[in-house]
Amino acid sequence: MFKRLAETGAAVAITVDGRQIAARAGDTVAAALIAAGIDHCRTTPVSGAPRAPYCLMGVCFECLVTVDGVGSRQGCLVPVRDGMAVETQTGKREAGR
Amino acid sequence: MTKASDLAPSYDLVVIGGGPAGLAAAALAARAGLTTVLFDENPGVGGQIYRAITFSPVKDRAVLGEDYWAGAELAAEAKASGALIVTGATVWSLDPTRLVGVSIAGQARLIEAKRVIIATGSLERPFPVPGWTLPGVMSAGGAQTVLKAQGLVPNGKTVLAGGGPLMWLLAAQILRAGGKIDAVLDTTPRKNWLRALAHLPDFVLSPYFAKGLKLLREVRAKVRVIRVDRLEAVGDDKLREVVFGKGDNERRMPADLLLLHQGVVPNVNLALAAGVAHAWNERQLCFEPVLDEDFNSSVPGISVAGDGAGIAGGTAAAERGRIAAIAAVRALKPEASVPDLQIVRQKLQREAMGRAFLDWLNRPADSFRQPEGDTIVCRCEEVTARQVRDTADLGCEGPNQMKAFLRCGMGPCQGRLRGLTVTELIAAQRGTTPAEVGYYRLRPPVKPITLSELASLPIAEAERKAVER
Repeated sequence: MFKRLAETGAAVAITVDGRQIAARAGDTVAAALIAAGIDHCRTTPVSGAPRAPYCLMGVCFECLVTVDGVGSRQGCLVPVRDGMAVETQTGKREAGR
Repeated sequence: MTKASDLAPSYDLVVIGGGPAGLAAAALAARAGLTTVLFDENPGVGGQIYRAITFSPVKDRAVLGEDYWAGAELAAEAKASGALIVTGATVWSLDPTRLVGVSIAGQARLIEAKRVIIATGSLERPFPVPGWTLPGVMSAGGAQTVLKAQGLVPNGKTVLAGGGPLMWLLAAQILRAGGKIDAVLDTTPRKNWLRALAHLPDFVLSPYFAKGLKLLREVRAKVRVIRVDRLEAVGDDKLREVVFGKGDNERRMPADLLLLHQGVVPNVNLALAAGVAHAWNERQLCFEPVLDEDFNSSVPGISVAGDGAGIAGGTAAAERGRIAAIAAVRALKPEASVPDLQIVRQKLQREAMGRAFLDWLNRPADSFRQPEGDTIVCRCEEVTARQVRDTADLGCEGPNQMKAFLRCGMGPCQGRLRGLTVTELIAAQRGTTPAEVGYYRLRPPVKPITLSELASLPIAEAERKAVER
């Protein structure tokens, strides 16, 4: 859906569901997912429908992901950091997490 | 990086939001000698209009345009002013005594403020069309955010739909960046001209006129613009095509990305939670805070500046921020020298010219604000327009009561992306006005925080004794 205008910014290695993706310094988690062509970042707790980042400015809460073990972080507000582990969220939150 | 533990327990002025209003306010107040802190939850200052102004990877200045780069001066002024500017700082609470709850990198603090300027800006008006929750459908503002901050440009089959100056600006920016747009679907009703016409002379004299015409020409020269009164995003697990039409005519267009926009509205959540009185603005179809000419709210010591005070645009936001800051300085440090208030007011007045024309011309159609049937209204709780309308028919009088029926507004976004739709639907269904129906009763925390963040709050001896036996 999106391409980078220029490969500026230092490469930052993050994993998404265990898979390595190439992010750039200055990316937020949500932007890195979009740039990597990951088409959805969670499924909803009500119907299980797939959702992707929508507003990218902290309003819509569609880009909720688990970042380094903390659930339901707003991906569009969290800058990427080397070694960061991002997990997409599936439906209802599992007990014990 | 400023940590929560670096913050003082109290400041003369706390500014919430680092867009044009917040930056201008913080700079003026700090220079006049107020101890000033500015909190912004994003990784950098600039707000949405000047998003990533200090680190944008988009180096060709023509892509985002000179109006964007003007923000660099504001950011530099604020930085040089001596105000403490903290990014990545989420304000989750503000009460009428001006106690500010803020969280930075997982650590929370409660900060006392003698004055507070809320500069939380605007957000995009909800655009509830069938299929708007599908991956591949984004807000135009979202696409603009990743263009400014990360240099990301749409590269598949892309359709823009909606109306308003921001949509046309984004279209032009995407094209200048080398992106391709398959079509612009203009959803603004032609009959809007009837109401707008009376304000045309003012608009022609305003700077918006020449800029607007140039933008429209630039986009129309490269992209097909189709006027529509129906719009639908279709797909299974993601967007596959956009279905649109006018009258009996229906067309389908394959698409990877649909960008929606129908104007912006004040982001009222924090001000409402602080107890600031709000009123319905019928021209702009939104709630906005009730303010005096210095942007003071109904809560003593709390003012609201920028687009959060009612939509007026980025340059007006900076002037509003300055006026609110001058009021703060006069209240706390009357001997300090401040810029001439009358001159700032005159600048603000000039910025307001042409606004009425733009508002009436770009007023979104009823059908795009008040959806029907299975169209999702509440994205978080997946509540449909039919459910909202049926519940209103059952006797539900307002959005707060509706929570008990449908959970609508109780998801993580706290109504930010559906509040206006719910209010307007209830009003339409019950034959009353949005002013009468009202809005969500908002309470802190206005942003989600973890228990560990709350637990990180310093505990005073008296507080400890109150619970220990």
